[in-house]
Amino acid sequence: MPEAVIDLRAVGVRLGDTPILRNLYLRVEAGEAVGLIGANGSGKTTLLRLLATLLAPTDGEGGVLGVSLRAAGRFAVRPRIGLIGHTPALYPQLTLEENLAFVARIAGIPSAAVGEVLDRVGLGLARHRRAAACSHGMQRRGEFARVTLTRPDLLLLDEAHAGLDAQAADLVAYLVREVQGRGGAAVVVSHEPGRIAPLVGRFVELQAGAIAEPGTAAP
Amino acid sequence: MTGLWRQAWEIARKDLRTELRSGEVLMITVPFGAAALMLIPLAIGVDAPLLERVGPGMYWSVVLLFGVLVTVRQSAADGPAQMDLLSLLGLDPAARFAGKAGASALLLMAFEAMLAPIALALYGSDPRGWWWVLAVLPLVALGLGLLGTLAGAIAASVASTTLVPLIVVPLSVPMLLAAAQVTEGIRVGATIFGWLLLLVVMDLLLAVAGVLSARPLQEATR
Repeated sequence: MPEAVIDLRAVGVRLGDTPILRNLYLRVEAGEAVGLIGANGSGKTTLLRLLATLLAPTDGEGGVLGVSLRAAGRFAVRPRIGLIGHTPALYPQLTLEENLAFVARIAGIPSAAVGEVLDRVGLGLARHRRAAACSHGMQRRGEFARVTLTRPDLLLLDEAHAGLDAQAADLVAYLVREVQGRGGAAVVVSHEPGRIAPLVGRFVELQAGAIAEPGTAAP
Repeated sequence: MTGLWRQAWEIARKDLRTELRSGEVLMITVPFGAAALMLIPLAIGVDAPLLERVGPGMYWSVVLLFGVLVTVRQSAADGPAQMDLLSLLGLDPAARFAGKAGASALLLMAFEAMLAPIALALYGSDPRGWWWVLAVLPLVALGLGLLGTLAGAIAASVASTTLVPLIVVPLSVPMLLAAAQVTEGIRVGATIFGWLLLLVVMDLLLAVAGVLSARPLQEATR
């Protein structure tokens, strides 16, 4: 069996005595996109942070991109993971172009690609605008530009369509298909399953930190 | 330039550019620091010998107390989203520490340099000792920058930024003491080598502690 991009086996995460994620089994193959749904507080964001190796499991075993989530080597796999979270990770006092150029230099990517990526997400004319002066939608596009620049093998999108107009929403589809085309995988969280249904092959629902049994809830 | 130093330079450059545009650190600390320096002469009155004697100690006390604000502000500059981003970009935590400490040290040097002429004008007409202070400025700025960045990382790991001054102030007392003693030593003709050595050793120890603890503290922050 080919190596899965995500392979969780009985994984749990506890914060103190409080279980946040419980007994998760999840396997996502290369080229696959999965929709992650669930009510507020069901553990979706925690699961994304676990998959991004930013949290270690407290129970069970699991790995992403062939590296154990418990191994010290998980740090090395991080540059292959792209996470777009609730809060934009832009530096407010830097322009959009400076933000991306900073990312490129830290990641060792040629800065020449920055302009092209900004054009691709529709921010070419706003490249000299500080992130603090950008609308939420523009900041979100800036995040998409960053992920386009870093070309991750595992894409994690939290609240993929939040605050996006129809045109920007097309960028979500573009990002997901691009990572699938590279043989990677994507996990897309949304409160609007209907919007991501055309992008994903299947849905996984979280209920109180555990994966709901198939058939217990329809997207 | 190696990967670590290149990344550290990028972090420092980003932090300094942010400060240049926002002015959040120096615009707050310099006016308050200057006001604090003025309070003692107002209280003592025109007693030139006394002012000259307490001047160096007052200057370094103000640098320490208001310098903490510089390091606190700097350590809080990256929010959780930015911290996650830097981790996922593969940034070496030691590079982040070095870059942030370097940027803090440069801002502290600017802070010290802006306060020095004010202190000179208010406390001492004889600048002999003050020239030697210039040699101590980078050592104190670097020490406070390293200490503040390390304290910021420790505080973030337990989710309490209010811890930063509680860690920085007591641990910076030896630096304050050494800086004041160097200045006083020059004024009275006493030896200052031991105090300078103390500053250098403290800077080295803080740098080593910061680099070695960078990864565990970063991971503990989650």
